[in-house]
Amino acid sequence: MASGIKDKVAILGMGCSKFGERWNDNAEDLMLEAFTEALEDAGIEKGQIDAAWFATAIEEQHVGKSGIPLAMALRLPYIPVTRVENYCASGSEAFRGAVYAVASGAADIALAVGVEKLKDTGYGGLPQRSRGALNDQFWSNNSAPGSFAQLASAYQAKHNVSRDDLKRAMAHISVKSHANGAKNPKAHLQKAIDEDRVMNAPMIAEPLGLFDCCGVSDGSACAIVTTPEIAKSLGKTDLITVKALQLSVSNGTEAQHNSWDGSYFMTTRVAAGKAYEEAGIKNAREEVSLVEVHDCFSVTELVTMEDLQLSPEGGAIKDIMDGFYDADGDIPCQIDGGLKCFGHPIGASGLRMLYEMYLQMQGRAGPRQRDDTPVFGVTHNLGGFPHQNVCAVCVVGQDGA
Amino acid sequence: MSVGIHAFGGYVPKQRLQRKAIADANAWFNPGLRGLGRGERSMANWDEDAVTMAVEAARDALGGTGDEGIDAVYFASTSLPFQDRQNAGIIAEALHLGSNLLTMDVAGSQRAGTTALTAALKAAAGGDRVVVTGGEKRRTKSASPIELTAGDGAGAVVVAEGDGAAKLLGRATHAVDFVDHYRGQDEAYDYVWEERWIRDEGYLKIAPAAIAAALEDAGVGADDITHFCFPLAAARVAGMVAKKCGLSDESVRDNLQGKLGEAGSAQPLIMLVQALEDAKPGDKILVAGFGQGCDALVFEATDAITGAKPARGINGHMARRREVSNYNRFLGINNLVIMEQGLRSEVDKQTGLTTLFRNKEMILSLIGGKCSECGTLQYPKTNVCANPNCGAVNSQEDQPFSEMPAKLNSFTADSLTFSPDPPAFYGMVQFEDGGRSMLDVTDVDPDVGLEVGQPLRMMFRIKEFDTKRGFRRYFWKATPVTTQEGA
Repeated sequence: MASGIKDKVAILGMGCSKFGERWNDNAEDLMLEAFTEALEDAGIEKGQIDAAWFATAIEEQHVGKSGIPLAMALRLPYIPVTRVENYCASGSEAFRGAVYAVASGAADIALAVGVEKLKDTGYGGLPQRSRGALNDQFWSNNSAPGSFAQLASAYQAKHNVSRDDLKRAMAHISVKSHANGAKNPKAHLQKAIDEDRVMNAPMIAEPLGLFDCCGVSDGSACAIVTTPEIAKSLGKTDLITVKALQLSVSNGTEAQHNSWDGSYFMTTRVAAGKAYEEAGIKNAREEVSLVEVHDCFSVTELVTMEDLQLSPEGGAIKDIMDGFYDADGDIPCQIDGGLKCFGHPIGASGLRMLYEMYLQMQGRAGPRQRDDTPVFGVTHNLGGFPHQNVCAVCVVGQDGA
Repeated sequence: MSVGIHAFGGYVPKQRLQRKAIADANAWFNPGLRGLGRGERSMANWDEDAVTMAVEAARDALGGTGDEGIDAVYFASTSLPFQDRQNAGIIAEALHLGSNLLTMDVAGSQRAGTTALTAALKAAAGGDRVVVTGGEKRRTKSASPIELTAGDGAGAVVVAEGDGAAKLLGRATHAVDFVDHYRGQDEAYDYVWEERWIRDEGYLKIAPAAIAAALEDAGVGADDITHFCFPLAAARVAGMVAKKCGLSDESVRDNLQGKLGEAGSAQPLIMLVQALEDAKPGDKILVAGFGQGCDALVFEATDAITGAKPARGINGHMARRREVSNYNRFLGINNLVIMEQGLRSEVDKQTGLTTLFRNKEMILSLIGGKCSECGTLQYPKTNVCANPNCGAVNSQEDQPFSEMPAKLNSFTADSLTFSPDPPAFYGMVQFEDGGRSMLDVTDVDPDVGLEVGQPLRMMFRIKEFDTKRGFRRYFWKATPVTTQEGA
């Protein structure tokens, strides 16, 4: 097997804009906001960046195609800028590009920026667009919530769980994320809610109600990466390094072959298994300190706890109800509010997850700071639909861990 | 050489609009409508039209798709979805009959159904095996009498050489330019003349003449007729015509006005199919079609009739029923009121005609693949086998899925996505012999919903309307198999 990415690349600086309904800002404003914070955090000059990766998914809604919008927004000095798109996992793709460039030695310092302007559609929720000329002629009329909602029916059938028990565990997830988001000044949604409100919310796609769905936001997040040696030479101590970067992409088995039961993510299981191996993690439940997952919908978070080997298969509901994933639990999940409350500006989300890991590991997370400094953090960034998706799993941690 | 009907089938949409709801809503404007406010009429779902219903009727008659022995498809309708794109061609494609056949739309008159049947019987004498199908979804103005009396539905018969299940004994046509109603070019709705004149000078004069000629051609006495199918909504007129022709009162068949309504040019075929479902060997069936004259045909059920009953037929589809009392729903899905559809409805629905043509078997005939190496079924067909343990390249043989029973693996009821009839039901549809696809599920009773593992079958439906360009996409959807319909 390849030697992997472990400890070859360190995070030099990170930034994240305020997420939310940024009615008066363009994507360029958001990118600059995130970048300015990251550059200052890194303590370098713009001219020291060798190459950049730019993630955005629904570019028709804001900047249009190519790497040019990033280069123009930041006035990058004619360096390579690669635009990446991999559904909602685009942000992790930008990070992967930058990290691999540094690891290969092609760049000393690389930049990853993700951005999305989703509040210019005129309606709530993710925009619905053409899925491709032929797909449009046979795909079901599915929205994002409707696709993910099906995890619930399949999970119930497989594990013989009542709709009520599942719905209550899903509600616990959302209540928890709202409580976390309330402590995050950059979060889109900063209001705590109670379980009744979740349970009685209007139905979006059975059984997902309004509060089972994440916020759809404007926002940008940014990472500057380099080698541990260069980071140290720039005066950095207590480095946060990349332990693993894995990506798994559906090949049509889930969509076309009856071997998949619809209750879990094949991609997440593959990516997580490889990521733990790459990071040298033997027992995820014991070793992972913090997790930021792609909680586009409450039920996604629920099944992902099992796919990431944190809960035993069929055991997520018990762990969730026991508070295992609460901010003061054994493995906090979405301690920053997650997609649910921090918000989900598609291209930025994967980088936003890493931003929180970076803050928590440096003890800079303010009122939501975890008492025990996390050692290993796992980010999980999905794109697509349960039956055909891309899944990025990233492990970051304290240098030397 | 004799010719006859060798197979027959029908289709009635699941929803039945209560006529009282129509009459109550419109009585403020036309209190006279209350007189028609009894019983129920069939109501096509938003994703059904004359073509999709005709496909269902023809599948019922043929016992499925893929019959290789069909020489022609004649499609009768006055509510053709396309004015210039052969509608019968869409039906033939959906039925996967191959390209070596004659397809033809027969339109322009309420008599189109019997005219298509007449022409098909003549072709059968020359050796052709012809599918005759009629489907109708008439556009009617709100608060018009015809809104109450009309219904949506389809019938289909397969005619060929030989006696079949019902042998043609004789026929006649009288062509008369009697304009009881008309619809000019670019007009959406019918313009109708006075009912009493139509009855006295139309039905009671033109029909008896054609019927008498048909009986003479058949060499059958009027009192020998056991089933008289006279497809007219107005009560008692069929009886008056029967009396004038010497047909017995008992022979006059139910015009289905109480349960279905009058499905325009498809109604003679619908009534004929139901008569064939009910017929015993030796029964003599007279069917008439009226419109700018009258067609009349006389058949005799043979011993083969008992073995020729379709899987569902008109009677089976009548039992597949969901009551609708919300008149606004009818107005909404038929674009008779302007509904706020929301910004999500604005997604551009342009269809690449090149894309459609290249993939027409996949889209219109629901043909997937079967791996010649490992036998795995999949939809759609791909270059590399979907079986993760196989992966053979270019190993796929054609595999039809339209007739294969399926089960639901996961599902949702989506209130966010745009649907003309929310919530949108869809889910992972898993076929019995292998293969699956995430597909729309139609005709779901929202009070019943769906459940994992429930049996489904496939139906040919409209997938999307491109209102900007006047196009509609057809595709297949799953529907729950109900216990009412038997199969």
